[in-house]
Amino acid sequence: MTIDQVTLLPLYAASGTAVLVLLMDLLLARRSLTIAAFAVGGIATAVCAIVVGVAKPTFCAGPECSWVPTPLAVTMAVVFAALTVGVLALSAPSLKIGAAPPGEFCFLLAASMTGGVVIGYAGDLITLIVGLETLTLPLYVLVGLRRFAPGEKVSTAGASASITFFLISVISTAIALLGAALNYAATGAIHLNHLVAGIGPLGPVAQTGAALLVIGFAFKVAAVPMHAWAPPTYEGAPLPVAAYLSTASKLGGVLALIAIVSRLDAAPVVAALAVLTMTTGNLVALRQQRMVRLLAWSSIAQAGYILAALALGAEGVRAAAVYAVFFVLLEFIAFGVVVALRPPAADGGDLLAYRGAGRRHPWLGAAWVLAIAGLAGLPPGLAGMFAKVTVVDALIAEGWGWLAGFVALNAVIGLAYYVRVTANLYVTPPKPGIQVVDPDLLEAATHPRLRVTRPVAAALIIAAITAVAIGFAPQLLFDALS
Amino acid sequence: MNDVYQVMLVAAVALPAVGAAVLAVLPARLAGWAATGFAALTLVPIVVLPFSHGRGSTPWAELDVSWVPALHLDFHLGVDGVSYPLVALTGLLTLLCCAYTKWHAPEGGSPRTLLALLLVLEAGILGTFLSLDLILFFLFFEVVLLPMYAVIAGWGGADRRRAARKFVLYTLFGSVLLLLGVLTVAVHAGTADMVALAGGHGLTKTTQYAAFALFAVAFAVKAPLWPLHSWLPDAHTQAPTVGSVILAGVLLKMGTYGLIRVGVGVTPLGARWAAPLLGILAAAAILAGALICLKQTELKRLIAYSSVGHMGFVLLGIATLTATGLQAALLGNVAHGLITGLLFFLAGTIKDRAHTGDLADLGGLRETAPRLAGLLGFAAIASLGLPGLAGFWGEAFAVVAAVERGGGLWTTLAVLAAIGGALTAAYFLRLLRKVTHGPVGTPVTPAIAGVEWFAWAPLVALTLAVGLVPTLVLAATSLPVEALIR
Repeated sequence: MTIDQVTLLPLYAASGTAVLVLLMDLLLARRSLTIAAFAVGGIATAVCAIVVGVAKPTFCAGPECSWVPTPLAVTMAVVFAALTVGVLALSAPSLKIGAAPPGEFCFLLAASMTGGVVIGYAGDLITLIVGLETLTLPLYVLVGLRRFAPGEKVSTAGASASITFFLISVISTAIALLGAALNYAATGAIHLNHLVAGIGPLGPVAQTGAALLVIGFAFKVAAVPMHAWAPPTYEGAPLPVAAYLSTASKLGGVLALIAIVSRLDAAPVVAALAVLTMTTGNLVALRQQRMVRLLAWSSIAQAGYILAALALGAEGVRAAAVYAVFFVLLEFIAFGVVVALRPPAADGGDLLAYRGAGRRHPWLGAAWVLAIAGLAGLPPGLAGMFAKVTVVDALIAEGWGWLAGFVALNAVIGLAYYVRVTANLYVTPPKPGIQVVDPDLLEAATHPRLRVTRPVAAALIIAAITAVAIGFAPQLLFDALS
Repeated sequence: MNDVYQVMLVAAVALPAVGAAVLAVLPARLAGWAATGFAALTLVPIVVLPFSHGRGSTPWAELDVSWVPALHLDFHLGVDGVSYPLVALTGLLTLLCCAYTKWHAPEGGSPRTLLALLLVLEAGILGTFLSLDLILFFLFFEVVLLPMYAVIAGWGGADRRRAARKFVLYTLFGSVLLLLGVLTVAVHAGTADMVALAGGHGLTKTTQYAAFALFAVAFAVKAPLWPLHSWLPDAHTQAPTVGSVILAGVLLKMGTYGLIRVGVGVTPLGARWAAPLLGILAAAAILAGALICLKQTELKRLIAYSSVGHMGFVLLGIATLTATGLQAALLGNVAHGLITGLLFFLAGTIKDRAHTGDLADLGGLRETAPRLAGLLGFAAIASLGLPGLAGFWGEAFAVVAAVERGGGLWTTLAVLAAIGGALTAAYFLRLLRKVTHGPVGTPVTPAIAGVEWFAWAPLVALTLAVGLVPTLVLAATSLPVEALIR
């Protein structure tokens, strides 16, 4: 077996970051230094992925390789690194007030990033599943990692969310592994390039394996009916971790699905999942009154659009990848605005808590409109619009007009709640029922204007600029993926 | 971009967009001037563009830059006789609305935001009229959706949020069908270039049928055509005056323009196939609009429903698929934009001053405010299609085109449309009787401010001008229209 160490640089950078922040915390125990080291490490990971770029596969046993730097892998490694650094920035305020131990938090997040980087490069099923688990495993802890200040009301929401997530994840991994095993038993293939539909008497076994792999990975993207864990887990997790779950973790699931469906025919299963996912996600989101639950259901619906593209198999990979990248960017901005509008380490709260927030923070309001319009697929969120166009284009080009129709109609349902939650940011305070001398003063007392901390602001500004830029030049992403 | 006209094409779309961005960072007290300035500046390219006509090419001026090759999307703008009148109308109405808002801001959010939204709307509408690429057309078509929602929801009447939501969901439904249609064409033809696609080039009959069905419903929602019109009355009743003016004046035209340019232009076989159905729907819309108007008790709602009837005439013109019919449709578009824009300005003013739009509570306007009553009378009789005013030509020639088309069906439709025209006269006269004549209901201050004259005078003058010299609009349409129906 030959191993080209240079090709592995992105992995080394990511795992090196995890080790580095752990050591920094042990030896120096300075919060700001740990965070800074993490940020540098994350950026270094992205840079390494770009510098190494599309290279020759390595970790090869004969012609079979386990580490395959494709354009998709490189792009996704950069996205994972960027998302992780972004989530770190969103976490800075709660780390500062000690809501989570910084060393542990940073180490776990960096470990998760390492897993994410691996998924894209994976050339065989084992590397793929190990990458996916490395991405997910630290998240069980991160979801429940919440310290309470003396006198602060202790909540067990995080712990129960963590348990929910853990149980469901373990089951989904077991299903995926069973699928991999069945497929291997039937065809003897473990490397992705050798995945074939089974023939002969063992054909059904191989097909069952493929279906189980898809179902196991569908848990990770929270596809209906494997979605029930997502809303309570997002709700119970700290906000930045919820942001990570609905962006990076979901992206990991999408990449795993891409690896399978581009080689094995699973169109009927994936198409059924897509229709169920987008419709259920949108319909349930219509009735949500809690901010994070609404975003959770919306992200379930968004996963449905990605699955719709994946139903096309290899032809839909580019559309799915493009949609996924645009989606995680916009979703990150949406969560970033939520973090910025809430006190440090607070939960997402009710929609009512956001009443008039866009008037108090015009720029945060603008970022929110950009993100939500994009998720709804409308200008000014051009990135989101191009994402929708890409998916519908791919579906029509492959003759899946009916599924394109589903995507289009779901976009209309989705707009109903996106508009509701956004209009809420701009409503004027209601007239109080009791005699109040100064209604504005009352509104300011119940809905105070919070200062946006610098790391959060920086993350939001960079993300928003990226979203606008890539919205005007989506071809950059298309080129990067091919 | 070595051609001055290409620069002008980009400037027409970019100037309002830049204006909106500038407004976001300017102090609020300068916003009115800045917005009016940018709206006026946008008229410069609009005035310069027709001079490219002399070069004899179709379209007159054109700019084609590759944008997103992966999605067949080119930044392809162009102007010709079909789009130019609507471009000019958009530029004019936006300027009038910006000036009107500067001196007469509606209640609700900050005037600065409203002005910025008006400029964004202008950019989107101009982009729609100027696009020669299907995907780009769709993109601009979508640009206007959220700003118009915000205008209604932010500055509208008491029930504004429900009306705005209805507007945005209904029209997005139309837009997604447009997306499906546009991509169906682009995928099957391998290009989204409207010039290359002219006459349905490279599209099979089945594709054209499917695409036209999608286009027809999509544009029918936007126009709106009966029976897909039910968002319109609510949106108009609740929208602030300037919102109504833009909505009726130019936003609805995106639907009829799209039907001509995209529906008839790109999928002619589909259009021919569906023409009888469209004609029947058009006649139904004319009659339904008129009958509903006869029952209306609210000023803005009545004018909104009258739009349904007028758009029915436009659709009838398009459905005949004859040169006369299409020209009547183009003229009807512009006339409706001028007259209904004026009507909504007047209705908004009356409603602001009387604090009621209920026809039962209004009355005797010619005694309390004779000038206002005179203007309302002028706009109303222009709208009912008095010969010599702008409204006449479009409606009369839509009927003529239907008669020329011949056959039992089209003759019947022509007769029904003519009856609808008579009913239009009936409800506008009823409107005038209720509002201007009779005993004084709610007194209305008579004085008309300078800015109101500024906003209304151009519309009055153009209504007269287009009525007397319809070639102002039609001068350059014959070539492109011939090309469309060939």
